[in-house]
Amino acid sequence: MDITEFYETFFEEAEELLGDMERHLLELDLDEPDPEQLNAIFRAAHSIKGGAGTFGFSVLQETTHMLENLLDYARQGELILRTDIVDLFLETKDMLNDQLDAYRNGAEPDPEAFARICQTLKKLALEELGHGVGSEPEADTVPPERVADEPPSSAAEDKVDEEASEGQTQEVQDAVADSGWLRVVLLNVSDKDRELLVEELGNLGEVKEQHGDAARYEVVLESASSRDDIEAVMCFIVEPEQLDIAAIAAPTDETTQGEADAAAAPAVSQDDTPAPEASASADAEQAAAPAEKAPTQAASSDKPANAAPANKGGGGAKKKAGAESATIRVPVEKVDQIINLVGELIITQSMLDQTASELDVAAHGPLVNGMNLLQRNARDLQESVMSIRMVPMDYVFSRFPRLVRDLTGKLGKEIELVTEGQSTELDKSLTERIIDPLTHLVRNSLDHGIEMPDVREAAGKPRTGQLTLSAQHQGGNILIEVKDDGGGLSRDKILAKAAHNGLTVSDSMSDDEVWQLIFAAGFSTADQVSDVSGRGVGMDVVKRNIQAMGGHVEIQSWPGKGTTTRVVLPLTLAILDGMSIKSGSEIFILPLSAVLESLQPSNDDIYSMAGNDKLLKVRDEYLPLIALHDILHIDGAEQDPTQCIAVILQAEGRRYALLVDDLVGQQQVVVKNLETNYRKVPAISAATILGDGSVALILDIADINRLHRQRANSPKHAELTASRQEDVVS
Amino acid sequence: MSDMTQAAEAAIDTQSQEYLVFSLGSEEYAVDILKVQEIRGYENVTRIANAPDFIKGVTNLRGVIVPIVDLRIKFHLDKVEYEGQTVVIVVNVADRVVGIVVDGVSDVMTLSSDQIKPAPEFGETLSADYLSGLGSLEDRMLVIVDIEKLLTSEEMALVEQQAQ
Repeated sequence: MDITEFYETFFEEAEELLGDMERHLLELDLDEPDPEQLNAIFRAAHSIKGGAGTFGFSVLQETTHMLENLLDYARQGELILRTDIVDLFLETKDMLNDQLDAYRNGAEPDPEAFARICQTLKKLALEELGHGVGSEPEADTVPPERVADEPPSSAAEDKVDEEASEGQTQEVQDAVADSGWLRVVLLNVSDKDRELLVEELGNLGEVKEQHGDAARYEVVLESASSRDDIEAVMCFIVEPEQLDIAAIAAPTDETTQGEADAAAAPAVSQDDTPAPEASASADAEQAAAPAEKAPTQAASSDKPANAAPANKGGGGAKKKAGAESATIRVPVEKVDQIINLVGELIITQSMLDQTASELDVAAHGPLVNGMNLLQRNARDLQESVMSIRMVPMDYVFSRFPRLVRDLTGKLGKEIELVTEGQSTELDKSLTERIIDPLTHLVRNSLDHGIEMPDVREAAGKPRTGQLTLSAQHQGGNILIEVKDDGGGLSRDKILAKAAHNGLTVSDSMSDDEVWQLIFAAGFSTADQVSDVSGRGVGMDVVKRNIQAMGGHVEIQSWPGKGTTTRVVLPLTLAILDGMSIKSGSEIFILPLSAVLESLQPSNDDIYSMAGNDKLLKVRDEYLPLIALHDILHIDGAEQDPTQCIAVILQAEGRRYALLVDDLVGQQQVVVKNLETNYRKVPAISAATILGDGSVALILDIADINRLHRQRANSPKHAELTASRQEDVVS
Repeated sequence: MSDMTQAAEAAIDTQSQEYLVFSLGSEEYAVDILKVQEIRGYENVTRIANAPDFIKGVTNLRGVIVPIVDLRIKFHLDKVEYEGQTVVIVVNVADRVVGIVVDGVSDVMTLSSDQIKPAPEFGETLSADYLSGLGSLEDRMLVIVDIEKLLTSEEMALVEQQAQ
């Protein structure tokens, strides 16, 4: 069995886990961390570590290991989380993502970045906990007043405290395990492996005692980890049957401490460790810890206080496990295959339908009824299958809390993010492509839209700005809005900038037209180019990307009240509303969304320019007239423009008239990729299958215009065509 | 089932392979049968503009859009006609499905390695690179085409080249 087969599953899972981790980190209430959430974050790190270990991704494993340890202290309350610590965790999460990407591409992760994050994490551990990641706090004789002063969450040296904090992560049903003392027996383990194992055990907890030989080696460990956890880690090195882990009673009170051998070990380790420095910093940290919370908690009351969250955490884990079985992971190709087959079924059904419609209904009643039933079932089936590809917008929206958090910090603004309609569904392939444009829009709103808190206050608005992301279905489209309650767009600024950039503008332009100007390339009215935006490469890309998805974008803005950007997208790319047209004997499909109108041109409206070029006058507008048969070299097409139909199309903000022989009809078509078995064809975006089973090509509106301009710009028109031919061949 | 097993055993024993033999004009060619997905008639091909002349267009193969290549045009044969005998061999190469138009399919033959002679180092229209060898069978000569190499080659323009 080849282990690499499971890489992809691991990468996917790890990615999801990292996403979960980020979400929980962002949601975490620092004043009162929810133990369930801390557990969830810890579990995510732990699972990734386990997987990374199995597949031998050592850098990933080590990074998660360090993070996991810190998280473990956090959930035990020994590490008090602050904003900068959470920021560091988030940074680590990003690093893990990078490492994951590196492994996915078969490369080793950047060692410098790894070293840097290790340093930072270790430093944090030292500063906050007074010891390195992976070793337990030094037990020390604790001055009595400190026990009283400390909140239960601080580094617990007192035995009672220790027991309590241990209890938080122990399995409740295992009463003995509450002590946190475990005897790990290694059977027939080589010296080298044993060293590794003991070291690994040292990471999990404190090795209190170790003795024995290769055949039987006993380690007494005090650890917050459960037996299963330890076994899971050790199994990377040894077989389960070589291990025997048993919980043993801990020498908790004075009498056991006095007589048990085990008690001697901690005492020794206290002396060995560089205690003075470490505990000094620990003291400092404890002094800084919120003192007002502490006095209310007496050492004796710690136990029940800590036990409750532990139970809650356990319940959460069980809940999560139950929810997982509700979904299955299926490769996209399988779904696409089903969609293809259903598309075929629809075609066959419409062929049958056509035949059946020619029959006499009276004579073939049952057949006609059956056909109607088949049609309905086929459509239902198609709809259900298409819905498999749909994912909720939450998939997109969930990455914005992080962005907003990072940017508000950077910009010094106060912004609240509101999301609406997260459950609105959209085709998976579209959700992936909408992320970048939406990120641009959100950045713009944060940077230019919402004002600084002081400015807002002066304008009589709440200091905290609001950014709303919403999604809703509208007919066959999805409407996504990015709305801010900032200062709105400045008409004068945009007009001035547009004039400066050489665009033709006039003061009489409507607001809508003015707002459209910001989608022009190189347009930014930001007074200063900031880290966040203002370089003027954004909005034109946003518009282009959205148009490439068959959607469009519009802006509404009110001075002093805010700006709303509306993105309208088709629900899916797999089906297209098309208009079929004829040129010569060939049938082509035009995307209906690009068709503005169609008309039969008269000779009076056709003007020639610079010899070959023709323009068509449509209501005071002169549009380039492009003959489809010229572009695609179609024989037998109508040459006389007045006998043709001119379809007015809009693509990438430009309009032109396309001459075709005839309009055939409108229909929904299933989009098929030409590149699966062939290659990209100029002027063609994809293909589809018509009711009679033949293939029709879907025209690429923007590409036709580009090809036309290329030819028009070159005086040696014929040569260009020839060289293009060669391009195709070579 | 037993036939297949026997065939498989035979293949191992004598290093022999099965080939689909087809004709282009009066010449006989052969391709590895394991690359062949199916054989169908030539019909309903949609032309693709600005493509080389030997690419006839695309057709619908049960929901999959498949390009159709006419090897007769590619190999500069004099007579290119589309009639009842004209068939399309649908081959599966390099994770792609491609149809090739030929004048007719004659039979399936098993050739052992000693029946296959190396291809001569010449040929202007069909470079020796695309040949696995020449099969000699009594008085017949079969040109054994390495269909995968041929169809993924740059000059066939079927596959977008990595370098571009």
